[in-house]
Amino acid sequence: MTIRWGSYRFKGFYDELIRAAGKPHAGLEGVCEYLHGLKDAEIEERKQAAEAAIRVMGVTFRVYSEEEGSIDRSWPFDIIPRVIPATEWRRIEAGLKQRVKALNLFIDDIYHEQRVVKDGVFPREILESSRNFRPQCVGVSPPRGVWAHICGSDLIRDKDGTMYVLEDNLRVPSGVSYMLENRLVMKRVFPELFEQYSIQPVDDYASQLYDMLCSIAPRPTEKPVVVVLTPGIYNSAYFEHSYLAQQMGAELVEGRDLVVGDDDCVYMRTIEGLARVDVIYRRVDDLFLDPEAFNPDSMLGVPGLLRAWKAGNVALANAPGAGVADDKVVYAFVPKFIEYYLGETAILPNVPTYLCMHEKERAYVLANLEKLVVKPANESGGYGMLIGPHASARECEEFEKLIRKDSRNYIAQPLVSLSTTPTLVDTHVEARHVDLRPFILSGESTYVTTGGLTRVALRKGSTVVNSSQGGGSKDTWIVEGAG
Amino acid sequence: MLSRVAENLYWMARYLERAENTARLTNVNTNLLLDLPKSVQPGWEPLIEITGSGAIFRQIYQTADERNVVRFLIGDIANPGSILSSLAAARENARTVRDFIPREAWEQVNAVYLQAKSNLASGLGRRRRYEYLRDIMLGVQTITGLLSGAMTHDEGYEFLRMGRNLERADMTIRIIDVRSANLLPNASDELTPFENIQWMSVLKSLSGYQMYRRAMQVRVRRPDVLKFLFKERLFPRAFYHSVCEVENCLRALPRRDLPITRVTHIKELVTASRPETMSQETLHTFIDGLELHLIQLNTVISDTYFLTGLAAAPVRAIPVDA
Repeated sequence: MTIRWGSYRFKGFYDELIRAAGKPHAGLEGVCEYLHGLKDAEIEERKQAAEAAIRVMGVTFRVYSEEEGSIDRSWPFDIIPRVIPATEWRRIEAGLKQRVKALNLFIDDIYHEQRVVKDGVFPREILESSRNFRPQCVGVSPPRGVWAHICGSDLIRDKDGTMYVLEDNLRVPSGVSYMLENRLVMKRVFPELFEQYSIQPVDDYASQLYDMLCSIAPRPTEKPVVVVLTPGIYNSAYFEHSYLAQQMGAELVEGRDLVVGDDDCVYMRTIEGLARVDVIYRRVDDLFLDPEAFNPDSMLGVPGLLRAWKAGNVALANAPGAGVADDKVVYAFVPKFIEYYLGETAILPNVPTYLCMHEKERAYVLANLEKLVVKPANESGGYGMLIGPHASARECEEFEKLIRKDSRNYIAQPLVSLSTTPTLVDTHVEARHVDLRPFILSGESTYVTTGGLTRVALRKGSTVVNSSQGGGSKDTWIVEGAG
Repeated sequence: MLSRVAENLYWMARYLERAENTARLTNVNTNLLLDLPKSVQPGWEPLIEITGSGAIFRQIYQTADERNVVRFLIGDIANPGSILSSLAAARENARTVRDFIPREAWEQVNAVYLQAKSNLASGLGRRRRYEYLRDIMLGVQTITGLLSGAMTHDEGYEFLRMGRNLERADMTIRIIDVRSANLLPNASDELTPFENIQWMSVLKSLSGYQMYRRAMQVRVRRPDVLKFLFKERLFPRAFYHSVCEVENCLRALPRRDLPITRVTHIKELVTASRPETMSQETLHTFIDGLELHLIQLNTVISDTYFLTGLAAAPVRAIPVDA
């Protein structure tokens, strides 16, 4: 009798499991009751079973050390699931599909007629100063008009329970392998829960990914050759690259395995000779893809790859240049894109965003720095941010200078209080902050993962969910029959 | 199968075999020197020659004494052919093909390397050297066993076996070459008992003493040992056997015509040869020729199956010494 919901505290935040004073959200009573019924020894046993499973399955992320170069560390995992009622999830799923559809229309428009600019919806100066706009991609029409085939959008929930989109990762989003492995671990640890409740499966992802990749193959063939392109074993997401390749039965290739022939087709070097490649799921950044077209120093890329892609002889997922929409300034316009391209209202709201490039908004930001979070447009992983409420006066001054100097590249948002969910600390539970990264696949059709990857800040009070900084993950359950 | 993967498997096996062979050599030499009178001791220099690393050695060390040679062969990372360098290279190659070898095999590769590195001090001194080298030999044998028993015997496995056997063939003739020429420079009748010991040590470096006795049923003599080590079809470290193994591997691979031609030629050379009657000089020339053929075979295999060009260079370091 160690998990007592009555003494579980999450004051000032929205909790994903408990509504108020020991009362679960509608439909989640069963899970709470089950967890409540576990004895100390049982909790300890399950925790150890999970750790053993993670070790055996080899779920790792890579960290670097002086001594051994790089080592694989086990992925920190919390066995208490993060639960979302299916009714709510259906709305989120629809919102994500809508959003990605609009994003793809926007990217395609930007590399063609730029109607969105001409119609005054999206300012030209943002486009002109965009770091991820690739002039090399202008005029290219990838199959089905899709550029962002795999999108990882980060969702956070504020105090009032509203789910916001925090950002859309359209370049090489990662994390989906952990989502899949987390579920396998949980099935080993809590098989009886899976029997009792109808928890929606997630295992479908690899075959959905494979089908999507096949659906964008440029030449009509029954079984297109799909490969996963990795920067190599020293990349921090190598585990995921190798995992997904294995799950799809695709070759995991490095740049040096591929060659573009005189016919502008892509081949991989095998012991049988050169073999034609139809679709490349690339986990290498745009600028390293092709030394001929982008960074000439890149050793990771394949000379001529862009040429082959433009000639329509190979599909690249995501398409080069898709990152133009992966920019925190562009992000602020997504609800407008949804109206403009789809004539719909955004189902999932953005976090309110102030663009420092606009004089009025900049004035507001500068006057309220201590209340806001300021972010540069193109960084990821939380770099170069100012968290106003926790910053010193000097840091605020520095950011004031940065914003005045380069206002295009800064946005500001109110601080969203991330929701919490019960997380195991020794053998009792405490509230810890979480976010959610679902993955959206776009090809012939659109698919959203069931739930996604829940990242949790394991340190008390922390809202940093990155694995390199004390973050871990949880299995995410979409539970039927709730409500 | 991707060329890069095949190449990494091939080199992983070669490096592992090299580490094991160097451990055997060092071990046997340590024992041999205990048995020979000081006056006839060949010392440690022959080991440098066997491993073909004289040039690098002389850059680093002044004298070829036990201390220096053992350090150089076991733990000097400036020597690309040292046990530690070989294990490190094997591990880097293994790391990139982790999806293709059983997990236990990868862990064992890792463990052998880490153990060789952290226990290095005991390998340098004489007292615990035997245990140190035995751990490496058994460690590598364990990897071989894990690969044989738990890896799918597909094309990748053929590349592994091919690398292992080519390395083995190469080491066997290097040992014969150096040992038969240099061990006892002025052998006279008087030294016959010691000559006997030297040929036994050659066999022991190749774990072949027991097998020789069973196969040949004669006392240990130069002609019989040479015949056994060159031409025995059934002993796994005999030159002929290793080359036949390479041929078998190639038979399971695509585009094998050119490499097979090369292997067949080497086999014919050995079959037609009579090493037991060769003078020391003829033997040396014969071995030189075989080594050249092995290098050419390696080149043909690389050109046929592996990534070529600078950007495609794998983790690879062959000690080359003129």
